[in-house]
Amino acid sequence: MTAISPAADRAATRETSIAVAEARAKARLHRRHALVIGLRLAILVVFLALWELGADYNFIDPFFFSSPSGIWEQIWSWVTEGTSQGPLWLQIYVTLEETFLGFVIGALGGIAAGIILGRNRLLADVFSIYIKIANSVPRVVLGSVFIIALGLGMASKVALAVVMVFFVVFANAFQGVREADRSMIANAQILGASPFQITTTVIIPSAMSWILASLHVSFGFALVGAVVGEFLGAKQGMGLLISTAQGAFNANGVFAAMIILAVMALVVEFIITRFENYVVKWRPAPFNEQGA
Amino acid sequence: MQLQTMAAEKLSPAAPPADAAIAIDDVTLRFVTPDGHMMTAIRDFTMTVARGEFACVVGPTGCGKSTTLNLVTGLLRPTTGNVRVMGNPVTEISRDIGFVFQSDALFPWRSVIDNVAAGPLYRGTPKAEAYERARDWIARVGLARFEKHYPHQLSGGMRKRVALAQTFINQPKILLMDEPFSALDMQTRTAMQDELLDLWSEQKSSVVFVTHDLEEAVALADKVYVLTAGPGTVKSVYRIDLPRPRVMADIRYDPKFIEIAKVIWSDLREEVQLGQNRGLQTGH
Ligand SMILES: Nc1ncnc2c1ncn2[C@@H]1O[C@H](COP(=O)(O)OP(=O)(O)OP(=O)(O)O)[C@@H](O)[C@H]1O
Ligand SMILES: [Mg+2]
Repeated sequence: MTAISPAADRAATRETSIAVAEARAKARLHRRHALVIGLRLAILVVFLALWELGADYNFIDPFFFSSPSGIWEQIWSWVTEGTSQGPLWLQIYVTLEETFLGFVIGALGGIAAGIILGRNRLLADVFSIYIKIANSVPRVVLGSVFIIALGLGMASKVALAVVMVFFVVFANAFQGVREADRSMIANAQILGASPFQITTTVIIPSAMSWILASLHVSFGFALVGAVVGEFLGAKQGMGLLISTAQGAFNANGVFAAMIILAVMALVVEFIITRFENYVVKWRPAPFNEQGA
Repeated sequence: MQLQTMAAEKLSPAAPPADAAIAIDDVTLRFVTPDGHMMTAIRDFTMTVARGEFACVVGPTGCGKSTTLNLVTGLLRPTTGNVRVMGNPVTEISRDIGFVFQSDALFPWRSVIDNVAAGPLYRGTPKAEAYERARDWIARVGLARFEKHYPHQLSGGMRKRVALAQTFINQPKILLMDEPFSALDMQTRTAMQDELLDLWSEQKSSVVFVTHDLEEAVALADKVYVLTAGPGTVKSVYRIDLPRPRVMADIRYDPKFIEIAKVIWSDLREEVQLGQNRGLQTGH
């Protein structure tokens, strides 16, 4: 029996060829990344240019479908001169405030209800039927109810946003609690955890990825709730801005408000993603991102 | 022949004495299946583990080994019969018990040190002391450089060592282990078995160690329980009188060890075949 060891000089050449291959692979990744960004920009430019040209040559009627320059002028005049309801930033602020309040209250309520029902089988069996019924009511209709009951102020919009958010978060939190690994719970129990400690240190962390997934969607829902609420009747806010523009057949105004809302949603989505990455940093990276 | 009968003495099951560490007395446990039927997991099961004794349980898959351990923890209650731990009937989860699970039961959102410190923290130990002890145990299982890693960043063998540290830090008087080393490679497993025997002789705990590996059982145990194919009951009990301290890497070449393993295997083999045939018939 003899041990075999590879020759040392061959090891050295292997090292250099690995380094070369690595550099090539990196350059390739770089080029691909640049290509993706370039294509994205190109599509945007082509899209806007076609829209603008179409409007100029009347292929697309700018009265109904607006045009990029028209939308830009509208946003600019809102920024510099303010809207018919007051300064633009105030409208954004009002809508954001309603959305945030609705989102936070709805999400906390959904998480709490999901955890309580997820941990208690009897409560879950009893209440599941009512939750199903409540969930099947078209929620936007509730907006009218809230406006009648709570008036034109902020409360009715917040209430609608809460209702939009609650069920999504509840369903996910409930599912997350139910999926918590049984042997992990047993492990905590034997290590000495009380039922309360199990909830805080095992159940909630393991339901966290489910809950966070629902937060992504439900912020959008909260925004819909707030805007629809304003649409149905309000004194301030982006929804009112849209409905005023609609009443005046001002397509530029509708599109401009829509774009502002989209930007708001994207910014918040970005913040939630950062928060999520921070909270679940223990999660393994998907295989294709590992080692990158 | 003389040697072999002396080394692997077959014991006759008897009612457990009052001062045993673990006493399972004539227990039957039935599960209610999802379609409402009753399914017997173990029946007429009697088992005693004296204080400081190392007992191994072997048996075909699905015969009720994990169920037996869960009876001792109190996570499952017997349908008939009774279970006592340290002389007291099992009413709640005892603080004296440590459990190393068959499946991976570490908390994936906690780093290694937070996982190991979990037990003392749950039990109200001050933070500084809990972490100091955790650091000590992590070093003892050879993972000092990995304190800040998360479980998914460790190999299977390393995770198992974290699980051992997590259990041992509570200094359990009763240690239950459910196939703890079955996912490990030969070398790591041998090293962990040695480590386990060291810890056991140092802490003087009473151990129930479930395994499907008969040689592992004979190498570690004072006493080996052979279970029948499900519904499980004790088929026979062997006392293993191999001298201690035992060295895992060497013991498997000891002629006496080989003799004992052969005797018990001829006993176990029938049950394994029975279990397999039954599995084929019922289709799972
Ligand atoms: N919660 C449960 N509900 C219904 N049946 C169960 C439950 N847990 C276990 N069983 C059944 O009880 C029997 C014994 O299961 P157990 O997990 O104790 O087997 P085991 O001996 O540990 O098997 P293995 O060696 O494969 O781990 C099996 O037939 C299993 O299907
Ligand atoms: Mg098992």
